[in-house]
Amino acid sequence: MADTSFDLIVIGTGPGGYVAAIRASQLGMKTAVVERDHLGGICLNWGCIPTKALLRSAEVFHLMKHADAYGLSAKEVGFDPKKVVERSRKVAGQLNAGVKHLMRKNKITVFDGAGRLDGVAGGLRKVAVTDKDKKTTGLTAKNVILATGARARQLPGLESDGKLVWTYKEAMVPPSIPKSLLVIGSGAIGIEFASFFRTFGSEVTVVEVLDRVLPVEDEEISAFARKAFEKQGMKILTGATVKSLKKAADSVTATIESGGKTQELTVERVISAVGIVGNVENLGLEGTKVKVDRTHVVIDQWGFTGEPNVYAIGDLCGPPWLAHKASHEGVIAVEHIAGLKGLHPLDATKVPGCTYCQPQVASVGFTEKAAKEKGYQVKVGRFPFIGNGKAIALGEADGLVKTVFDAKTGELLGAHMIGAEVTELIQGYTIARTAESTEAELMHTVFPHPTLSEMMHEAVLAAYGRVIHI
Amino acid sequence: MAINILMPALSPTMTEGKLAKWHVKEGDKITSGQVLCEIETDKATMEVEAVDEGVIGKILVAEGTEAVQVNAPIAILVEEGEAVPAAPAAPAPAAKPAPQPAAPSSSPSPLVGEGRGGGAPAPAAVPAAPPTPTLPHKGGGSERIFASPLAKRIAADAGIDLAKVSGSGPHGRIVKADVEAARSAGTAKPAPKPSAAAPGPAPTAAQPVYPTGESRKVPHNSIRKVIAKRLTEAKQQIPHIYLTVDYEIDALLAARQAINAVGEKSKIKVSVNDMVIKACAQALRDHPEVNAAWTDTDMILNGTVDISVAVATDRGLITPIVRNADLKGVGRIATEMKDLAARARDGKLKLEEFQGGGFTISNMGMYGIKDFAAVINPPQACILAVGAGEQRVVVREGQMVIRTIMSCTLSADHRIVDGSVGAQFLQTLKGYIEQPAAMLL
Repeated sequence: MADTSFDLIVIGTGPGGYVAAIRASQLGMKTAVVERDHLGGICLNWGCIPTKALLRSAEVFHLMKHADAYGLSAKEVGFDPKKVVERSRKVAGQLNAGVKHLMRKNKITVFDGAGRLDGVAGGLRKVAVTDKDKKTTGLTAKNVILATGARARQLPGLESDGKLVWTYKEAMVPPSIPKSLLVIGSGAIGIEFASFFRTFGSEVTVVEVLDRVLPVEDEEISAFARKAFEKQGMKILTGATVKSLKKAADSVTATIESGGKTQELTVERVISAVGIVGNVENLGLEGTKVKVDRTHVVIDQWGFTGEPNVYAIGDLCGPPWLAHKASHEGVIAVEHIAGLKGLHPLDATKVPGCTYCQPQVASVGFTEKAAKEKGYQVKVGRFPFIGNGKAIALGEADGLVKTVFDAKTGELLGAHMIGAEVTELIQGYTIARTAESTEAELMHTVFPHPTLSEMMHEAVLAAYGRVIHI
Repeated sequence: MAINILMPALSPTMTEGKLAKWHVKEGDKITSGQVLCEIETDKATMEVEAVDEGVIGKILVAEGTEAVQVNAPIAILVEEGEAVPAAPAAPAPAAKPAPQPAAPSSSPSPLVGEGRGGGAPAPAAVPAAPPTPTLPHKGGGSERIFASPLAKRIAADAGIDLAKVSGSGPHGRIVKADVEAARSAGTAKPAPKPSAAAPGPAPTAAQPVYPTGESRKVPHNSIRKVIAKRLTEAKQQIPHIYLTVDYEIDALLAARQAINAVGEKSKIKVSVNDMVIKACAQALRDHPEVNAAWTDTDMILNGTVDISVAVATDRGLITPIVRNADLKGVGRIATEMKDLAARARDGKLKLEEFQGGGFTISNMGMYGIKDFAAVINPPQACILAVGAGEQRVVVREGQMVIRTIMSCTLSADHRIVDGSVGAQFLQTLKGYIEQPAAMLL
């Protein structure tokens, strides 16, 4: 029988949990993780990574279809949905194996099963792990981190059934490409799938309850994205709600209400992407001081729940629901447990967000509107992709980089980008924001030519009336 | 490990200099602070102090060598018992033990500390003294403050002294949050004047009216440290002689009024001090030994008349220089002084604008000080302390009359300036001040 007493037990091994465990191990803690499904969690197995594999297939397919624009010819361009999905699963499998290796390398004990808090004994937290054969193992630890993540939210009447109405999970392994598709919700998840299926030929309709797509992004970026999506042939209904779904044998008829008018739309499949809820059930939270607010665990700046020696991190604790946020929170919680000095809490305005649709969207910090509402006097810079040599050479001249500065201090309040590869570029602005650069350092930084990153420089210059290439 | 001692840059513009004299020889054990050699530039001779301790392994540049390039190795320092390398070590790591110009005998100093209660402006060196290679000096000097660009800018805008903010960022770096915390806490305002911080006499039982104030420790800023060092050295090493005279300045005031009436159109406004600068410059031309500097071997008679003028700033007194004052009109002097004083207060003077100078004027007339004796600003030979111009009853031709009188006291380095020489200078100065028209001759 394996050892059952640890310094730290992490329940859940998504990008929050497994990173926290590795950091704990680095700090000399005897660490265990508990996973009821797959090491790496949703992110690696059913989220970030496999969708990126799918979207890469879509991108290559898109390029092949437009080979002519590059002076190339590709005849009989086609695709096999089964192989596209297979590749995606293989990528996920490879990373899952990678996490297994990391656990071994860091001497972290892995328990398969569902973990829950099980009281206190002798000053130690007890954790009960129930495996799929219903066998329960008792563990103890000085501290516990809850990192059980979140799952798709099910709205009454719009529940997924796995066949006609999908969540991200079914959408990721489609047996075929539906001829027509309704996507409910235009956040990152909804839009990425809309983009993927549209590229492979689905007639896609996106319904968003708010007045714009990608509603957490800067308004200008939302508007730019909507135009790009519509140009690709997506139908977008904003300020609209799906009232009901009527299922037939191989189709669904949705009743959609917008602006006081009702319309019916019949599609082959529906993807419900209306947000997520925290996995707070069966964690043994009853009778503890852990507070749950609207399916999310309430924590302080260090991830502490209020229950002695119990911390929580990541999606379980609420938005932004981002893997990199979870990882960072995990590290902070572990370092807080270890009593490291000089810790800084995670600042949500320094967490970048990326959406891998076509065109890509990436941002960090305050939107222009949010900055103004905060009382900042802002200087805004914009630079279009059409002014950048590399973008034109890539055949990706559609896009925008926007910066928002505090006119008083020169603080980079926010940066918002849409276009090719912006998800790879946003880190530049994130570093600038984290290192507290002002416009002066950004202007003084030499950006390599020819790269898309030059637009980041130009967008800074533009905010101060010094733009060169427009 | 053997380390190179490098030719120091004694001013920002210096590219080469003469290695005038070695004070140590090969095999000598040296300690940090010990004088190693003397470097001569076209302006001055300076002593170079050791920063590290060790043994002089090899002297690479012989005494009397002219045109030694700045940063060229001049000697090799080794540890006791260590073999001496034949050639200087690779240049990169060699910057470490580079010597630093010795403070006491370095070129005319820029800063003047103000003594309180009848005290006098006194010499002090620049805080960032050795300019070109940044020389880490054991246990002191100005330390670099690590702060994010944003934190620096917010601090500058809010007038917050970063030296008083503790950093919570990586490696103690000051970040925005720290500056904002300091701002809302009201701490870390610009360094208070030391006098304000000095604890007053302890309240006794007989004076219960006074609130019991808590004594505070205000760490010396680098300027204050330099002022203290230079002041003490000047007073201890220079045999001061003090000569006091009364000048009648009614004619000078009338001349000033006339000049300003004429200059009004071109917005030139000349102060009494500007005219004193001009008068001193003229008088110095007639008495080169007053416009001089002392070194152990020679008396340096300055080739130009460059007058250092004490200006009060928040951080301490600084002495910007009116160069070639004897060749300039009072209007030009007034314009230059206005600009220099403004930039001195903002801390924006260039090094060469306050380093150098052959004679210092310190005027405390505006504070109503009648007469005071200033501390010499080495290696200069003299400093003139100027008091307030005030109406006094004086006797002229057996009659009591009212005249505007300004008392001045010349502090002179007796090693260079004997009493009679100083007196003759003051006599000449009297001619210019009491008959300003003479300045036009």
